[in-house]
Amino acid sequence: MIYNTIKSNAYFDSVTLMLFSSHLGAIDGVEEAAVMMGTDHNKELMLESGLLTPDLLTKITSNDLVIGIKAISQAVIDEALNVLQSHFENKSKSTGAQEVTLRSVEAAIKHDPGLNFAVVSIPGRFAKLEVMKCLRHNMHVLLFSDNVSLEDENELKDFALQKGLLMMGPDCGTAIINGVALGFANVVRRGGIGLVAASGTGAQEVSVLVDKLGGGISHVLGTGGRDVKASVGGKMMLMGLDALAADPQTRVIGIVSKPPYPSVLKKILAKLNTIEKPVVACFLGEDSKVFEGTQVIGCKTLESIAVKLVELEKGQAPVLDTLPKLHSLSLEGKYIRGLYTGGTLAYEAMLLLQQELGPVYANIAIDPTYQLKEVEISQHHTILDMGEDYFTDGMPHPMIDPRLRSERIKQEVADPETAVILLDCVLGYGSHPDPAGAIVKAIEAAHAAYPNRKVHYVASVCGTDADPQNGIQQRKQLMAAGVHVLPTNAQAARFAGWLLKDGITHESR
Amino acid sequence: MSRVNDLFGTSLQVTNIGLEIFRDTLKQQHVSTVHVGWRPPAEGNVLLAQLLDRMDTQVIEQANQLAFERINVAEPMLTGVKYAHEVLAEIDRWTVGHAGPPLVWSDMCGPLKGAVLGALVYEGLASTLAEAEAHVLSGRVKFVSNHALGAVGPMTGMITYSMPLWEVTNTTFGNVAYCTFNEGLGKVMRFGANGPEVIDRLRWMEKVLAPALQSALALSGPLSMKVIMAKALAMGDEMHQRNTGATSLFIREIMKHVVRVVSNQDQLAQIAEFITGNDQFFLNLAMASGKAIMDPVKNIPNCTVVTAMSRNGTRFGIKISALGDRWFEAPVNQPKGLYFPGYTEDDANPDIGDSAITETFGIGGFAMGSSPAVVRFVGASSIDEAIAYSKEMQEICVGLSPHYILPTMNFIGTATGIDVRKVVQSGSLPVINTGMAHKQPGIGQVGAGIVKAPYACFTQALEAFAETMDLT
Repeated sequence: MIYNTIKSNAYFDSVTLMLFSSHLGAIDGVEEAAVMMGTDHNKELMLESGLLTPDLLTKITSNDLVIGIKAISQAVIDEALNVLQSHFENKSKSTGAQEVTLRSVEAAIKHDPGLNFAVVSIPGRFAKLEVMKCLRHNMHVLLFSDNVSLEDENELKDFALQKGLLMMGPDCGTAIINGVALGFANVVRRGGIGLVAASGTGAQEVSVLVDKLGGGISHVLGTGGRDVKASVGGKMMLMGLDALAADPQTRVIGIVSKPPYPSVLKKILAKLNTIEKPVVACFLGEDSKVFEGTQVIGCKTLESIAVKLVELEKGQAPVLDTLPKLHSLSLEGKYIRGLYTGGTLAYEAMLLLQQELGPVYANIAIDPTYQLKEVEISQHHTILDMGEDYFTDGMPHPMIDPRLRSERIKQEVADPETAVILLDCVLGYGSHPDPAGAIVKAIEAAHAAYPNRKVHYVASVCGTDADPQNGIQQRKQLMAAGVHVLPTNAQAARFAGWLLKDGITHESR
Repeated sequence: MSRVNDLFGTSLQVTNIGLEIFRDTLKQQHVSTVHVGWRPPAEGNVLLAQLLDRMDTQVIEQANQLAFERINVAEPMLTGVKYAHEVLAEIDRWTVGHAGPPLVWSDMCGPLKGAVLGALVYEGLASTLAEAEAHVLSGRVKFVSNHALGAVGPMTGMITYSMPLWEVTNTTFGNVAYCTFNEGLGKVMRFGANGPEVIDRLRWMEKVLAPALQSALALSGPLSMKVIMAKALAMGDEMHQRNTGATSLFIREIMKHVVRVVSNQDQLAQIAEFITGNDQFFLNLAMASGKAIMDPVKNIPNCTVVTAMSRNGTRFGIKISALGDRWFEAPVNQPKGLYFPGYTEDDANPDIGDSAITETFGIGGFAMGSSPAVVRFVGASSIDEAIAYSKEMQEICVGLSPHYILPTMNFIGTATGIDVRKVVQSGSLPVINTGMAHKQPGIGQVGAGIVKAPYACFTQALEAFAETMDLT
C-alpha cells in the first residue's frame, strides 16, 4: 500500500530529507520511501517510482514537503511515520538553543496559528483576559488558575458555550483528551469510558482505578469545582456530557463531583435522561435517593464508580483487591490524622471516616462544627486538604512540592494523640517526581526526631505503573518503610478507621 | 457536533500559558506545545490590561500595517551636504539643537551642558566656556529638540548654525532629514568634550570636509542608504555600535569622487585619514536615514507604532504615530556594558542621544542577533543572548523587514515597527545599543553597552492614545 501526506510550506534542505528517506527505507516492511520538497522534478521522480498517487500532483507546490511511503501494512506505515516525526523533532531541537521565550498569547498564536488548546496557569485576576484571547482564537481551554471571580467564570463559560468550546475550570487540575494528559493526570489505558469531573484528584483516582481494573478511558473532561454550584449552573458539566454522548469512542459515561446544587442536579439528571449511553455518577456525600427514578447509577465512592464503569464497559464485573486481613496491631494514641495532597481524596476520606468513627475535623468540613479551629493544629480525628488556599498561598501545590506535608507529618508524629497517619501519594504528569520517596524521608526524619513515638501509616497510591513515577516502585518504597499500602483511597480510609476502632476497643477493654 | 467533538478527532496543538511544569509534561508526551513564559500584562496593572484588550481592534491593526508598509517602501537616499542655517528654519546663531525631548538648562546632564558650552565657543559666540555659560544663564541661548528641526544627532546631538549636515531624502515620500557628521572617537563634542582640539576638529569639518563631501556627492549623485545598510547587516554591522562594514561600503562609494574634487593633496590626505580612521563614520548616515524613514509614519490615525525614541541624558522620550509630535517621557535608564580602561559605571552618564532612531526602524539593538562582533563590545554574554534580544523584539513589532535581513538568524528580516500596545502588554522593552558618555562635562566616551527604553514612556503613550480613541 502507498501512503502519501503533504506538509504545506515546510522547508527542509535536500540533504536532510535524503537522510530521512534512507532511515525510513531501512524499516522492516517498508518497500520504498521518499521525503522530498514538492518541486516538479521531485514530483516526477516520486510518481515514476510509484510513491505518489497521481491525483495529488496538482495539489503540491514547491513549498510543500511530500512524504511517500510504500509498505506492506498500515502498521508499518504508522511506525515509519513515528520515526519520521522523531526525526523532525530532533531537527527542530538542534536549533533549540535559540528557542525564543514567547511572552504573550498573541505571540503564541502568531508562532503557531494551528493552536487548538490552551493550558492556562497564571494568577487568577489576569485569567479572564488571556483565556478570552484563547477562546476567540477557537482554542479549548483548561484553566488551572484559582482566584478567578464568579463573574469572570460565567462570562468565560458563556462565551465558550456560544463558540462550542471547552472551558474547563477555573481551578481545574485534570483532563485527558485524545490520550493526552493535561495538567495533573495519569497514564491510563485508552478505552470506552468517558469522565466528566468537577474534581481533579477524583478524576485521577477513578481513571487510575479504571485502568487497574482492566478498563480504558476515552476522555476525561474537567469542569472546575464551582461549575455545579447554583451560580454557574453546571454549564461545563452539561456541555461535557453532550460531548461525551456524541463521541463514538465513549460507550460509558462517568460523573465525579461533590454534590451539585439541587437546581443544577435537576438539570444534570434531566440531561442524563436524554443520553442513550449508560451513566454512572459519584456525587461524593450525596444521598443515593436522588438517583431514584432516573437511569443513572449512583455510587458512593471513587472506588465503586470505577468498578461500575469497568463492569459496564467490559460487560462483566472486575475483581478489585480486597482489604488485607487485619493483624492485631498495638496502637499508641487515639486519633487518625489524614494529610492529603489531593482535595477530592481528602474529601472522600473524610466522608468514609465519619461513617466509621463519627466526628472528623477538617479544613474542608461540610458541617461548620467540625471545621478545624486552627489549621495549624490537628484536633481529634483530622483530615487536612493541604492543597487548600491556606497552604498554597505563596507555595506550590503539595502534589508538586510536598515539603509542607513532610513538615506536618513530623508535627503529627510529635503529637502523642496521633495513632494513625493517613496519606495519599498522587502520581502522574504534573506531580512530584518521587512522592513516595518524599513520604519515606518525612517518616524517617519524624522518627529520628521522636524515636519513642509509634505511629501507623496508611496510604494509597493514586497512579499507574505506566506513570512517569512508576506505580510499582512507589508502592514498594512505601511498603519498605512500613506503610500499609492499600489499593484505593477508599480502602485506605476504611482500613485506617478499622485499625483505630480496633485500637480503641483494645484500650477500652 | 460541537467543536469539542472535532477536538476529539484531531491531534492537540497546545499553548501552555504559565507554569513550566505543564509544558514539560506535554513535551514528555510529545505533544506539539508552544510555551508562553507569561508575565502579567502591563506589569500587573489590570486597568491597563483591560485597556489593551479593548485596543485589540482591526482599525488599529490596519493603521499599524499601513505604518509598517510605509517603513518598508521608504527609499532613504543621501542627496547632499547642507549647513544647518541653510536648511533648518528655526536655527539662528543663538539657537542650539540638542538630542532627545526638549529640556531646560538646569535639567541638562553634565555632558550635554559641556557640549552646549563647547558649541557656543565653536560658533564664536564666546571665547571661553565661562563666557558661554554666562550667555546661557542670561537666557540669550535658545534650546530646541533636534527632532523638532527635522534632524537628529548622536549622544548630546549638538546642531548649531554653522554645522554641516548630511541630507537624506526619502524619495518615496519626498521628505528630508538631517544629521551632523560623525566626529570620530574619544574626546568629541557628542560625548560632552569641549576642549580646543574638539572645537578645531569641528571647524575643520565645517571648512574642509563638508565642502569636499558636498562636491563629491554632487558628482556621484544620490546614494542609496538602504542598499548600504542591507549589505552592512550581512557584514555583521547592526549600525548603532558597529558600522565597520557600512563605513567601508560608504568609503567605496564616496572616495572615488572625493579624490576628483579635492585638489590639495594635504587636505585629501586629511579627509581620507579622517573617514577611514573612524569605524563609526556611517552611524550618522544611518540616523539621518532612520529619521527620513520614520517621519512619514507620523500622524496616521489610530496608529500605535512608535515613530521616534530619543534621550536627552535626563529623560527618555518616545512619539507614537497617531499622536504626532507629542513626547511621552520618563527618566532615562543607565546602560549596562563595558568600560574603557580606567572608567567604571560610576563615571557613566545615563542614556543620551537621538541615535535610538536606528532601533526605531529596526536596526541597532534590534538587529544585534546578526552582529556577533558587537556582542562583546556592548557587554552581551553571547551571540545566543544577542539573538534572544532580536527575537524578543519581534514580539513587540508589527512585522519583519523585507529589506533588512539578519543572516545569522536564518535570513529573517529584522523586527520592524514597534507597537506600543505590544510593549505595554508584554513588558518587553525596546533594546538599544549605545555609547556611554562620562557624566562630567568635557571628558568624552567611557564605554558602550545596552540599555532598555523605560516602560513608563509606553504606558503614558498608551493611555493618551486610549483617551483620543475614547477607550478609557
